[in-house]
Amino acid sequence: MNDHERAPLVSLTDAARHFGPVRALDGVTLSVAPGDCVGLVGHNGAGKSTLVNLVNGGLAPSSGTVGFATGGSALEAGVRSVFQELSLCPNLTVAENLRISHSALKGPNWRRPAREEIGQSLDTIFPGHGIDPNAEVDTLSIAERQMVEIAIGFAPRGSEARLVILDEPTSSLDAGIADQLLAHVKRFCASGGAVIFISHMMGEVFQVATRIVVLKDGKVVAERPTEDFTRQGLVDAMGHVTADTAETTGTARDFGKEVVRTDQGLTARKGEIVGLSGLAGHGQAAALARLYLSRSSAWRAGKAPEVVFVAGDRQRDGVLPLWSILRNISVSILPQGARRGLVDREGEARVAQDWKTRIGIRTDDVANPILSLSGGNQQKVLFARALASSAPVVIMDDPMRGVDVGTKQDVYAMIRAEAARGRTFLWYSTETEEVCQCDRVFVFRNHEISAELTGAEITEEKILEASFEMQEAS
Amino acid sequence: MSVLSRPWLWSWLAAAAAFSLTLGLTSGRGAGELGYAALSFGAFAAIVGLGQMLVITLGPGNVDLSIPATMTLAATLALKAMGSDPGTAFLGLVIALAVGFGTGVANYALIFLLRLPPIIATLAASLIYQSLAIWSNRGLRIKPPSGLADFATGRFLGLPNVAWVGLALAILVWIVLERSVWGRWLLATGQNLRVARLAGVPVELVRASTYISVAVFASLAGYLLASFSGGAALNMGQEYLLMSIAVVVIGGSSIAGGNSNVPGVWGAALFMFLVVSMLNSYGAGAGVRNVLTGTIIIAIVIAASSRRART
Repeated sequence: MNDHERAPLVSLTDAARHFGPVRALDGVTLSVAPGDCVGLVGHNGAGKSTLVNLVNGGLAPSSGTVGFATGGSALEAGVRSVFQELSLCPNLTVAENLRISHSALKGPNWRRPAREEIGQSLDTIFPGHGIDPNAEVDTLSIAERQMVEIAIGFAPRGSEARLVILDEPTSSLDAGIADQLLAHVKRFCASGGAVIFISHMMGEVFQVATRIVVLKDGKVVAERPTEDFTRQGLVDAMGHVTADTAETTGTARDFGKEVVRTDQGLTARKGEIVGLSGLAGHGQAAALARLYLSRSSAWRAGKAPEVVFVAGDRQRDGVLPLWSILRNISVSILPQGARRGLVDREGEARVAQDWKTRIGIRTDDVANPILSLSGGNQQKVLFARALASSAPVVIMDDPMRGVDVGTKQDVYAMIRAEAARGRTFLWYSTETEEVCQCDRVFVFRNHEISAELTGAEITEEKILEASFEMQEAS
Repeated sequence: MSVLSRPWLWSWLAAAAAFSLTLGLTSGRGAGELGYAALSFGAFAAIVGLGQMLVITLGPGNVDLSIPATMTLAATLALKAMGSDPGTAFLGLVIALAVGFGTGVANYALIFLLRLPPIIATLAASLIYQSLAIWSNRGLRIKPPSGLADFATGRFLGLPNVAWVGLALAILVWIVLERSVWGRWLLATGQNLRVARLAGVPVELVRASTYISVAVFASLAGYLLASFSGGAALNMGQEYLLMSIAVVVIGGSSIAGGNSNVPGVWGAALFMFLVVSMLNSYGAGAGVRNVLTGTIIIAIVIAASSRRART
C-alpha cells in the first residue's frame, strides 16, 4: 500500500510559516505520495491549519519549499480541501455549489452535467444518501451539507482529485455515514489517491490512516506508520508532560459556597479559579458568554454587578476604539461613585492611574487613545476594567492572547491574589499550561462537558485525553 | 487637540461664510435681522437635530425617520387641546411632550419586539402618526393661545425666545453626554453594542431612552413651531426629515456612531438657514438652490471627515 517509490504528490521541505513573531509552522518536512492516507493530529495551535493551507496553496511558506508533483500549482496537482467550517453557499442548490469550484462547466445547459457529476460523487461515497442535487443547500441538515462538501471534494471537477484534505470531516456525521466515508477514503487511497485526514476522533484516525503525523508547536514531533502507535503513545506525543506545573496546583484551599451553576453542569465556588479547556471552538466561549448574559441585565446596571467579563477577542468583545485608555477602564465602574447620574471624574482618573501602575500599562498618559497601545497592553486595559469592578465573579474568555510572558506571570499572580480574597474566576484558555494553574478544570468536547478534573488530576495528558474522542468510531 | 481638528469648527465656519456672503450683497445692512432670523429658524432645526444626534450616536442603522410625523401629531393634539384659550399653554406643552413620549415608546417597541431595522420601524410608524394627525385635525387650523404665540415669536435680551430654548437644550445635552453616566453608556453602546453589553452597560435601557428622547425633542420642536407660525399644519414637519440628519452630519458627529458633537449641531442649523437665504439673495431659482445646497452639504461633510481622518 505504501508505494513510496512513486513520485510524491506534494512534498514540503523544511517549510515554515510565520505570522509576525508567531511561528505557526516551524520547519516541517513531509511528503505525501499516491496511496498514502496521512492522519494529522495535534493540539490547538499545533499548526495543523497552517500546514493544510500550505499544502492546498492557500498560503505561501515564509521559508523552505512546497513542491507539487506536476511542478505547478496545488490546483493543477489535484489538491482539494474539505473544511469543517462549511463553505457552501446556502442560497444555491447542491449542483450549483459544485460549479463554484468547477470552472469547466459552461454553456447554456451547464446545470445538467453538474447534477450528474455531484449525484455520481454522492452515490459513490454515500450510497443511499437521499440528497437531491436540485435542493437548495439551506434546506439541508448540517450532516447533509457536510456530505455535499465532501462529495464536491472528491468529485472529478474536470480533472481528477489526487490529494484530498479532510479537516474534521466526521464531526457532524453520525456513525453510519462516517463509516461510509472512512470506507471510501480507504478505497480512494487503494486506487492511487491520497488523503490527509485530520480528526479528533482517535478511533477513526487509527482505522483509516496508513501513517500518523503528530504536530506540536509548529513542528513534526512524530511520524510513524499507524501500527507503530498505541493510543496512549499518540496522546503522549501530542502533549509534553510537565510535572512542575502540575505540582504547583496541588495546594489545596478551602472554598466558599457555590456561586455559579449552569444547566451544562459548569460550577464554581467562591474564591475558586475554574478552568475551561478542550479544543478551540467546542463551546467554551459560548458557554461563558451565555453565563455572563444570564447573570447581567441589558436593562439595569446596579452599583454592584454580579459578573464581569474579560474578552479575548478584543475587537469583537472588548475594546471601545474611539475612547481613551481611562474611559475604557472606567466603563465597568461608572455607576459606583456617580452622584446624581454624573460621573465621578476624579474617582475614575484615580482608578485608571492606579491600575496603570498595578498592571503596568505602557503609556505616559491614560488619556491617550486605547488604539495607541499594542495588543498586549490593550488586553491589560481589559483586565483592569474587570478587576477594577467589585463583581465577585470574573469571566475570562481566553484573555491572554498577545500578552507577553512577563505580563502573563504578573496577571497569574494577580488572579491568584484576587481569588484568595474571595473572587471567583472562570477562565477559558487555549493554552493548556494556563489551565493547569486552575483549581478545577472542565474539559469541553462538542459543546458538552466531557470531564471535570480537580487538583492533581489536572495534567496536560488528562486534558488531552478528554478533549479527544477515545472510543472506536463504531 | 488643536482647535483646527475640532469637527464642529467646520459647520461654524460655513455658517459664518454664508452669513458674510449674504451681507456682502447688501454691504452690511440688515446683519441684525439676518442673524435674528437665522437664530429663530435655526432653533427648530437645532432642537430636532440634537435628538437625531443622540439616535445616530447609537451606531450604524440607528435613525429616527418619524420626526416630521411626531412634530405634526404633537402640535396638532396640543393645539386642539388648548383651543386658543388663554392660560392653557402649559397644558398644551404637557400634551405635546406626552405625545412625543408615546411615539418614542412605540418606535422602540417596534424595534425591540419585532426586531425591525430602525429605518423601517420609524418610517412605518410615522405613517400611523401622520394619519392620526390628519384624523384628529380634520382640516381645522387652530390658532395657538395668544400668550404662547407671543412667547414663541418674542425675544429676550435681543435674542429670539426659541433660540434660548434651543440653547438651553444644547447645554443640557452637552452635560448629559460629557458628564453623565448615561452619556458614557450611550457613547459606549454606539461604538460597539456587544462590547458595551459585555462591559456591563445596560444597552437596551440606553436604546429605549434614546428613542424616547428624540421623539420628545421632536414633539417640543413641533409645539414651538406651531406656536411660532400661528397653528399646526399637516406638512409642517416635512423639511425636518432631511434637516435633522443633515445638521448632525454637517455638525461633525460620526455617522458610524459613538461620537457626537453638540456645538456642531447649532452651527449646522444656522448654516442650513443661511445658505438658503444667501442663495435667495443672489437670485438663484428653486432648482439651482437645491442643487447648490446639496453640493455645499457634501463639500462640508468631506472637509470635516477628511480633517478627522488626519488627526
